[in-house]
Amino acid sequence: MQKQRNWNVKKIITTIILFFCSIAFLLPFVWMLSTSLKIEADVFKYPIEWIPTRWNAASNYQEVWFGDHPFYLYYWNSIKVAICTTAISVVVSSLAAYGFSKVRFPAGAWLFIIVLATYMVPPQASLVPQFILYRYLGLFDTHIGLILLGSFSVLGTFMLRQFFIGIHNDFIDAAKIDGAGHWRIFWQIALPVVRPAVATYAILRFIWTWNDYQNPLIFLRTDALYTIQLAMQKFTTINGSFYTLIMAAAVSAILPLLIVFILGQKHVIDGIALGGVKG
Amino acid sequence: MASKSSTTAGELQESPRTMKKSKKSKIEKSENLVGFLFVSPMLLGISVIVLFPIVATFILAFADWKFVTGIDQLQWVGFDNFIALTSDEKFTKSVINNAIFIFTVPITMFCALFLAVIIDKNVYLKSYFKVAFFMPYISSVVAIAVVWQVLFHPSQGPINQVLMTFGIENPPTWISDPNFALISLMIIHTWISIGFSLIVYIAGLQSIPKELYEAADIDGANSWYKFRNITFPLISPTSFFLLITGIIASFKVFDLIAVLTEGGPLNSTTMLVWHLYERAFLDLDVGYASAIAVVLFLFVFSITIIQWIGQKKWVNY
Repeated sequence: MQKQRNWNVKKIITTIILFFCSIAFLLPFVWMLSTSLKIEADVFKYPIEWIPTRWNAASNYQEVWFGDHPFYLYYWNSIKVAICTTAISVVVSSLAAYGFSKVRFPAGAWLFIIVLATYMVPPQASLVPQFILYRYLGLFDTHIGLILLGSFSVLGTFMLRQFFIGIHNDFIDAAKIDGAGHWRIFWQIALPVVRPAVATYAILRFIWTWNDYQNPLIFLRTDALYTIQLAMQKFTTINGSFYTLIMAAAVSAILPLLIVFILGQKHVIDGIALGGVKG
Repeated sequence: MASKSSTTAGELQESPRTMKKSKKSKIEKSENLVGFLFVSPMLLGISVIVLFPIVATFILAFADWKFVTGIDQLQWVGFDNFIALTSDEKFTKSVINNAIFIFTVPITMFCALFLAVIIDKNVYLKSYFKVAFFMPYISSVVAIAVVWQVLFHPSQGPINQVLMTFGIENPPTWISDPNFALISLMIIHTWISIGFSLIVYIAGLQSIPKELYEAADIDGANSWYKFRNITFPLISPTSFFLLITGIIASFKVFDLIAVLTEGGPLNSTTMLVWHLYERAFLDLDVGYASAIAVVLFLFVFSITIIQWIGQKKWVNY
């Protein structure tokens, strides 16, 4: 009895200490949010005013969303690109994952090795020819081009394949005897079973696409096509010293992700953990 | 279409010998076709977007060509680009900076393992902590970089304000000081990556059998002994995975440099990827940039090979 209680006290103290550590990870976000609500003159006040004394939130956010560089437009672009990339990538990856795990064809093993090998290529190493190719194909400076860049994920294929392998072959064989082909087995049996994995992958792909800065920077030129990350950077360059506006833009850029993350928190964390442990 | 592989009643009535043979080859054939159909979108995409470009990178590395001029201006120059790399100070600096940046990996892993051991067993509100430490990892690097830029502001930034309150009279000017810029980027990169390593470590810790700890408890082992002799060896596959993926990720750092320093001040934060980007998209020098890309590829490739060999040799499963 006595021992049990001591242990709990220790646990409470550790929790409190760790809570202070975790603040180091949250404080920049809190600072960002609080700055976005202030007037410019109060940004660097010290000691820091965590809760603004002079509020200017409405005007800051209005400038970001409907000013010279209206974020609603970039938001729409980002949402479009992220959703299309995620959708195509999920379909392509799960088709390939099923093909590589449940259709027993001799070439499959070799093709899978080729696909895996491309994962070793750092994306930047193929950037220059990609760029030339995109100009040649007319995909440069288009959303379709950007979407295609993110749509063929080796990681997604590998991850979903691990889950398809987990489906017992007896299931598939039984369905075959009943006259179902691979197409029907894929849609009606295999895919529903791995739905949680598909959800995890979809959330991760959405987050990665939303956060992507490098591809839009290189493959987009027209201002009206900018995604939120590119617009954010541009906005920062233009409004160099207006920190309240920049922080309002940063909050806007991060917010949708936070919502996706908090809604799918378990999926995201489990997915990362699984990918990591299985290697 | 795919359902053709199923056996029909007619086939069953054929004589046993021919039936077995024809059925097998027919199924095999159709399985082959079906297999190809399932994987073909992926194969096609990867061929166009990754395989073809990487082959082209290796070819273009031996050429002298600018984007703006026509393809007829392309000249083959043999190893000239690679020879030029050896006397390119910025390239040398980039390689050194990339090497220094690798130090973020063990530091991140150490912090993450330390936090993971605590969070796994010794605290309440586990999921709060997981989310809190993971926040930087899911947030956009651009937004994070912009926030840190202001936090690191030389004269008025909160970090230096705090340092000055603690009596440090001339705090570093961080990203605008050539001696501190790289360290600042490393701090931010570590801060971003800890969450990922932490989640992976917690999952790794949970896969260690509880009986081992119980047995050690019976023998009266202390916490350090248990960590040293149970946790650490059994978590080594996870550590190895994080080490390799961490090193590879450190070679890909681009957003932070692009937003915060653009390689400066005085090239103090230039890295291979940044140098490649500058030569390709600012100087439009296709051949030279491709040579850098080849070097980058070879670095990452050799690390991956080490992983393959090392996994068998150094890791306790």
